[in-house]
Amino acid sequence: MNINKVEEGIFKVLMKASTLLVLVSLFLIIYSILRKGLPSLSWAMITQTPKGGFFLGKGGGILNAIVGSLYLAGGSTILGLFISLPVALYLNIYRTKTSRFADFTRLCLDVLWGIPSIVYGAFGFAIMLLIGLKASLLAGIFTLTLMVIPIMVRAMDEVIMTVPKGLIDASYSLGATRFETSLKVVSKQVLPGILTAVLISFGRSIGDAASVLFTSGFTDRIPTSLMQPAANLPLAIFFQLSTPIPEVQDRAYASALVLTLIILIISILSRIATKKFTKHKV
Amino acid sequence: MGKIDFYHRRLWIEKLSFWAMKGLTYFSITLLFLILIGLIYKSLPILQETSLGHLFFSIEWQPLKMKFGLLPFIISTLYVTTVAIIISVPLCLLCAIYLSEYADKRIIAFVNPLIDILAGIPSVIFGIWGIIEVVPLVRDFIAPAFGTTSSGYTILTGGIVLSIMIFPIIIHVLLEVFETIPTDLKNASLSVGATKWQTVKFVILRKAAPGVISAVVLGLSRAFGETLALLMVVGNVIMIPISPLDPGYPLTALIANNYGEMMSIPLYDSALMLASLILFVIVLIFNFISRRILKNIERKIA
Repeated sequence: MNINKVEEGIFKVLMKASTLLVLVSLFLIIYSILRKGLPSLSWAMITQTPKGGFFLGKGGGILNAIVGSLYLAGGSTILGLFISLPVALYLNIYRTKTSRFADFTRLCLDVLWGIPSIVYGAFGFAIMLLIGLKASLLAGIFTLTLMVIPIMVRAMDEVIMTVPKGLIDASYSLGATRFETSLKVVSKQVLPGILTAVLISFGRSIGDAASVLFTSGFTDRIPTSLMQPAANLPLAIFFQLSTPIPEVQDRAYASALVLTLIILIISILSRIATKKFTKHKV
Repeated sequence: MGKIDFYHRRLWIEKLSFWAMKGLTYFSITLLFLILIGLIYKSLPILQETSLGHLFFSIEWQPLKMKFGLLPFIISTLYVTTVAIIISVPLCLLCAIYLSEYADKRIIAFVNPLIDILAGIPSVIFGIWGIIEVVPLVRDFIAPAFGTTSSGYTILTGGIVLSIMIFPIIIHVLLEVFETIPTDLKNASLSVGATKWQTVKFVILRKAAPGVISAVVLGLSRAFGETLALLMVVGNVIMIPISPLDPGYPLTALIANNYGEMMSIPLYDSALMLASLILFVIVLIFNFISRRILKNIERKIA
């Protein structure tokens, strides 16, 4: 038995253990949330808005937070899509793939991606004060959109890059303009990729709390207009957890379970979209 | 006539869409600078009032008395991040080496989606998990083992939670870096009689060193900016933490906890904006450096 073999053996075990640990941490998190959340999850919780004094332990549910989350994430994802898709197309169709400008844009977007969401929150809040907007659904959507743009653009950029140049040239040679090519040929080709980008952004914005902490406000009611404040799930969890009443804390665990389930569903959907995408790759 | 109009319409659409796309692209670049300028503008009032040195190195945080010392918060942030990196990096490195060099396809196909799912789990869920599992662990087992008592809401707890949050990003970047190492290089090493592990140790890791550094730096910057999960588990006591079993109060938690109520006190919001600016600048520099390194690696390969 030589020393090299022993060393390799030891490290192999360590490597497997590390990989296992990473996976176990995921299962542990999901298990904890299930264990704590499942007993207090009820139909009433997800179908009712809070009754007065919800945080004091009286009845009601978190429908306001669920709907608020969907509004916030949905709004910002749709708005983000209308900004991100043109940018991603511009980088790939109107600029040559390796131009300096495109490189610089990608670098800026990557850096934007890394900026903490609390900084987006603070920035959004400053803008809100500047234009005299109150904490509202609109302000929340606006802030989340800024956060989601880099994620979406980079995700779409990655898939648009894989579109074969021949396909684009063929479209040009038939007399299509660059806009027609981008919209009718390239976008269609990468549709599942776009869907994945949308789902990733949706998941990110539904789970983010720091950026909407000051911008979307919090309310017990379901917002009926863009100018009203809106609740969201992460904040509902956070607030419920900070009360000393055990019953309310249990609801926080149940809310966490709801949020985790939503995230898992999104995650699975985006996996399916990605699979579909790789299957039809030219 | 109709045909010409149609032709012109298409060209107009082409022109309009070109300018719209160009505009949006410039907007997304400008966003970065817009945030920077906005934060600087908002934090100017306090910078004019107090010296930067005083803000950074004073431990007194009493907004009502106009004392805004950020040192406890800066130290807490650095401390928690360091703990998270120390736990995370060796594990991620081993995991990434295993996945890229040793594991067979079926294992990779099983592990990759799970890491993606971990990456998608919201911060607040990590926070709640920290409260359910890690806080009692630290309070009942780790603290007594070191002969102290602790509430469980400590720097160490924050570091553990944070380390798991940054697993996916570090592993992801590491895997990409390992992928860029040419197969020829590995084969050359193997063909002169090196074992697989020797190849990993002397060839792959050496070749990948800049990439490994940039993966760590990206993880670092993610850990720096994490808010909610940390807020829930580090205790939020304004003090300079000495032992990992002391509570801390990171910058992000400071901003999140106080933003709503600062409007009535002069300079308070400016101080918090300065805290955001510090976070922004640090993360900006970290990201910039590591992206540059990664870009260079890609270019060398191509």
